[in-house]
Parts: sequence; structure tokens; C-alpha cells
Amino acid sequence: MTEQVIIRTVSRLMIPFIQLFALYVIAHGELGPGGGFQGGVILGASFVLHALVFGIKAGRERISRRVSDFFSPAGVFIYAAIGLLCLLGGGLYLEYDRLPLIDNEITASQLGIYGIEIGVGITVAAIMVTLFFETAERGDD
Amino acid sequence: MIIDFVLLLLVVVCGLAAVLYKNILNSIMILGAYSLLMAILWTRYNSVDVAFTEAAVGAGITTVLLLAALSRTLVEEEEPAAPKKALFPVIASISRLIPLGVVLLTGAVLVYGTLDMPNFGDPSAPANLHVAPYYIEKSHPETGVINFVTAILASYRGYDTLGEVTVIFTAGICVIILLRRRWS
Repeated sequence: MTEQVIIRTVSRLMIPFIQLFALYVIAHGELGPGGGFQGGVILGASFVLHALVFGIKAGRERISRRVSDFFSPAGVFIYAAIGLLCLLGGGLYLEYDRLPLIDNEITASQLGIYGIEIGVGITVAAIMVTLFFETAERGDD
Repeated sequence: MIIDFVLLLLVVVCGLAAVLYKNILNSIMILGAYSLLMAILWTRYNSVDVAFTEAAVGAGITTVLLLAALSRTLVEEEEPAAPKKALFPVIASISRLIPLGVVLLTGAVLVYGTLDMPNFGDPSAPANLHVAPYYIEKSHPETGVINFVTAILASYRGYDTLGEVTVIFTAGICVIILLRRRWS
């Protein structure tokens, strides 16, 4: 597939916009449809598209095994850490209004929800990339 | 209204075609089309968040993951082995009809169950009277989030979402353990 010039050109043009759209979906989950999960899937899909068009090896150069292995647990960690921060602020686990250092309860709640959406997005994107590469990568190539 | 029936008909056709094709590559492509049609249907029912997920996961990433899995196996489905000569042909042919009977019976019970269901979008349906009014009225003042699907998933059902993310993470770990060849 690596010789097809139309696919290569179009995906080279499209991938930055797909990734930008993914970040928009993650950040915009508060206001419209979407959220961390959908945005994370789109972000992961952009790396998968790159690997499909330019080859598995080129894809792994962009997002190496170490990077995807680091970000897979990082998102879950961010989510759980925000829950613990709420405990520090005197609330219950994941009670975002009690996030420390923020006076306004509504702002704290919004920030907490933003934070966990970002965590969800990071984990989902990294896991989608991992699933694709680990399935498609053969031991012999 | 007519477009809903056309979409539903196409969904059924896609489902049947995906099962009946012997070539798995064709089945995967048809499943992608199936998911896209379902996404359009969800949009018609005003559940855009579900439609978004269906389009991104069902039509997008699942198709690619199935293709990647297919690269590890054969494209053509194998013919089932010829059945052995039965000792009592009559009993064998009857026992082959039992699964069809079970499926028809289950389907009939499900159709019977839908007769009691409220109409689509009925505001007096039990599902719309329990916690839905609370979320519609209170989710914005309580959480500061406009989209109350996000408010429920992230705030009211925060534990569930944490669990879901952990499930996704665990699935990824399992794939790494099972499929990773070189631990360089």
C-alpha cells in the first residue's frame, strides 16, 4: 500500500486535522456530543491511519512502544489521582466540587470533569494504538 | 419517517450479508457499513453521543482492528466438515431443527415483550420519569456542565467511568501479554 500516491498525500494532509479534531472532541465534551472516549478513539485512529498508509515500522517511529506503554496507564493514573485530590480537599472520592485550592464549587467541578476526560482520552488513545500495533506487528518483520 | 424504515432495512441486510459471506474480508467491510448505518439511526433518534461513539468505534477502529486480526489468519472461511452418517437419520434431522425452534421461540417472546413497551420518546414512560427529570434540571447547576450526558458519565457516574477506563486499560495489557513477541 505504501506506493499509492493519492492515499499517501491525502492522509498526510488529513492526519493533522484528524488529531486536531480529536483534541477538540476531548475538550468539547462539556458543551456538545463527544468526550474523552470518543476523542481518544479518534486520536488513536489517526496513528493507526498513519501506520496503515506508511507502514507499521514508520508508524512505530512516530509513536514508539515506550510512548504508548507510558501513556496507557498515565490516563488511568490521572483519573484516579483527581479522585484522590478530592479526598485531600475534604470531599468524597471523585467529588469534584471539593478539589483543593479552587474556591468556586462549579469551577472546581468543571475542572475535575475536564481532567478526567483528558485522562480517559489519553488511556483510550494509547490503548487503541497498542491494540492495533500488537495485533498487526508480526514477530518476523 | 420512511428513511427510518429504509435505514432499518439496510441494517438488517448488512447484518445478514455479514453472516452469509464466506470471505471474512467482505464481512468486515459490511460490518463497518452496518455501524455507520447504526450511527445514522442513532442520530435520527437524537442520541448524538451514542452515534458519535458508534461511528468512531464501530465503523472506524473496530474495522481496522478486525483487519489487523485477519492478517494473522485466513481470509476464506473453511467449509464445515461433512456430517457423519447418523445411526438414526430421522432423529438426526429432527435434532437439527431444534436450534431453529429455539431461535423462533425466543424471537416470538421478545416480540411479545415489545407489545407492552411505551411508544418511542413517550414522556410518561417509566424510563423518563425516574431520574431523567432530575438530571435534566439539576445537572447544569450542580456540575457546571451543559451536556448532561457528559455530566452523568463524568460526575454522577464517575466510579463507573473510572471502572470502564480500567477495563480498557486491562484489555490493552492483556493484548500486550498475549501478542507481544519481542520484549526489546
